[in-house]
Amino acid sequence: MNDDRRTGDHSRTDDASRTGDHSRAHGDRGAHGDRRAEEEGARSLTLHFEGRALPARPGQTVGGALVAAGVTAWRTTRGRGRPRGLFCGIGLCFDCLLTVDGRPDRRACLEPAVDGMRLTVTNPGEHPRADEEAPDADAR
Amino acid sequence: MPTPVESGTSELRDPRDPRDPFDVAVVGAGPAGLAAAVTAAAGGRSVLLLDAGERPGGQFWRHPPPAPGSAEGEDTVRVHHDGARFAALRRALAHHVARGRLTHRPGHQVWLVTRDEDGFLIESTPVHPGTAPVTRRARARALILCPGAADRQLPVPGWTLPGVMAAGGAQALWQGQRALAGRRVLVAGTGPFLLSVAGGLAEAGARVVGVWEAGSPRAWASRLPAVARVPAKAVEGLGHVATLARHRVPYLTRTVVREVLGEDRVRAARPARLDAAGRPGPAGDEVPVDLVALGWGFTPSLELPLQLGAATRLDADGSLVVTVDDEQRADIPGLWVAGEATGVGGAALGVAEGTLAGLSAAGRPTEGRAARRLRARIAAHRAFARAMHLAHPVPAGWSDWLRDDTVVCRCEEVDAATVRAAHDTLGADDARTVKMLTRCGMGWCQGRVCGLATALLASHHAGRAPTEADLAATAARPLAFPVTLGELAELGDEEGGFGGDAVGAGEG
Ligand SMILES: Cc1cc2nc3c(=O)[nH]c(=O)nc-3n(C[C@H](O)[C@H](O)[C@H](O)COP(=O)(O)OP(=O)(O)OC[C@H]3O[C@@H](n4cnc5c(N)ncnc54)[C@H](O)[C@@H]3O)c2cc1C
Ligand code: FES
Repeated sequence: MNDDRRTGDHSRTDDASRTGDHSRAHGDRGAHGDRRAEEEGARSLTLHFEGRALPARPGQTVGGALVAAGVTAWRTTRGRGRPRGLFCGIGLCFDCLLTVDGRPDRRACLEPAVDGMRLTVTNPGEHPRADEEAPDADAR
Repeated sequence: MPTPVESGTSELRDPRDPRDPFDVAVVGAGPAGLAAAVTAAAGGRSVLLLDAGERPGGQFWRHPPPAPGSAEGEDTVRVHHDGARFAALRRALAHHVARGRLTHRPGHQVWLVTRDEDGFLIESTPVHPGTAPVTRRARARALILCPGAADRQLPVPGWTLPGVMAAGGAQALWQGQRALAGRRVLVAGTGPFLLSVAGGLAEAGARVVGVWEAGSPRAWASRLPAVARVPAKAVEGLGHVATLARHRVPYLTRTVVREVLGEDRVRAARPARLDAAGRPGPAGDEVPVDLVALGWGFTPSLELPLQLGAATRLDADGSLVVTVDDEQRADIPGLWVAGEATGVGGAALGVAEGTLAGLSAAGRPTEGRAARRLRARIAAHRAFARAMHLAHPVPAGWSDWLRDDTVVCRCEEVDAATVRAAHDTLGADDARTVKMLTRCGMGWCQGRVCGLATALLASHHAGRAPTEADLAATAARPLAFPVTLGELAELGDEEGGFGGDAVGAGEG
């Protein structure tokens, strides 16, 4: 239920792994993060995209790392089966959705790259979002 | 115990306790929001600054994360423009955070704002959630919305191919994370921002094969007085021109992208000249490219002000913006709006508006000399922005370059023929009806990308000019960002509005 103290506390302890400073976020993930700190500025992270290893730089997002590695598309549209990748680049268009370490529908352009991350293709619609399920919402 | 990331007052306020709300909440930590937050804090108010971005600066002062070992806020941040002002704002931010007056909550997107007799309720979720959905609620007596804007887009054949990007997005990839989205780049659309994007990508090492500007530089000639009021803008523009000249970037005016070609990614683009009526001529020769960066100005992000029912108007660029008074107050008690959301005009204008809003929301005098200077600066920048908008309109005949199968709504893949049929065969003559009949603008992005095109096409087919209602129909979003059913469920019934259906659907 809507227990704000709980959600508040939860956020507080969890924030470092989700928001803010990337180096702290990585640090929370253990050994990978420590290694990153030593290899300053180098292409020191490895992402696994559909079974293929891709390099990423610390501070890049998944989307940035994909396009820098020459991958321009990773999703297929539901209706016409067309390929999509980054479009707006800032988290607004949702073209760049993919599944990150099993979490579906992440925006590649916002998701910080973390060493060892597994990226798989998301098929939107498999995970309905709230406003599709709530006809009321649109009428408001 | 201080939180590791969130900076500010160390004891966690119970955000739901109406006896202890923040005095002022600010949404957006771009130029406008940063200025508003530090000004309100300097005025003695307790301030919550919420921002989807991980680092302060918004779209304008985007910068890569700090190098390993150094902290955000150390003066190592190099931004492309006006860095001194940014440094001063960040210093002020750090100062107020250290004094416990300001809580900076980065990486949180606000998806719902509501108002009751005690003030505002602000619901946010982390941009990078863990596994469990978390929604955070904050209360504030006053609210300053500074949500900025997004690249404005018009559909064109082939624009859904990978390798076509929003111009600001391509720029952001480079500025924020040093990733180049292409090697042979075409920058197209309209407005001085294209020069900045082309110059930035050229400096980054891309080969910019052209800037195709739909407008004509002569359109500025009749507006020189407005330009003269903001010399810094003219100097900035000349700087971009010099950069482009150094990289030998061809700059074509009255030229648009007629179509983008490719199978699974961009291969080439074809230009067309615009005639005097703004209609595109036949397509010219293919120009090989691997990135097309498109921008038609900016669309202010109005979902939060519209959730509160703030009054709006149409600005000189045809965008829907919030109406504010000479203290940046919207027509809702306790609500201030600053930055692009009150009219696209750039970062310096945003800082001036944010400062004024911060003063006013903190109950400081807004009549003195400092406030008068702010108002003069705002007026000068508004005049400049107006000249810019009038010199760089959406071409009147833009829809001529659509083909029947050109996708208008990228999310739902609604094509131009379907939008037209909504009028021709189903009688839809406004944007809201077109949206309902075709699902144009009802996908994941909720019309953020195709909203303008949908509004323009709906009114064009109906044989009239677009109205505020057309634009509002594509700019209003019941939830500013998609949230999970779990997050909605956490709201519980007490807020009403999302009723049992939404929650039930999730649990059923
Ligand atoms: C991709 C892009 C790149 C740009 N690059 C430049 C440039 O290089 N030079 C230039 O002169 N202009 C640029 N602009 C134009 C820009 O709009 C202005 O220069 C300036 O940044 C506007 O300041 P602002 O404070 O109004 O908004 P912004 O700088 O856009 O800041 C708004 C902030 O609010 C946050 N926000 C919005 N909605 C929510 C929400 N619901 N919840 C939480 N946070 C929210 C955003 O994440 C953002 O951090 C760019 C615009 C875009 C879209
Ligand atoms: S590219 Fe638009 S949301 Fe990621």
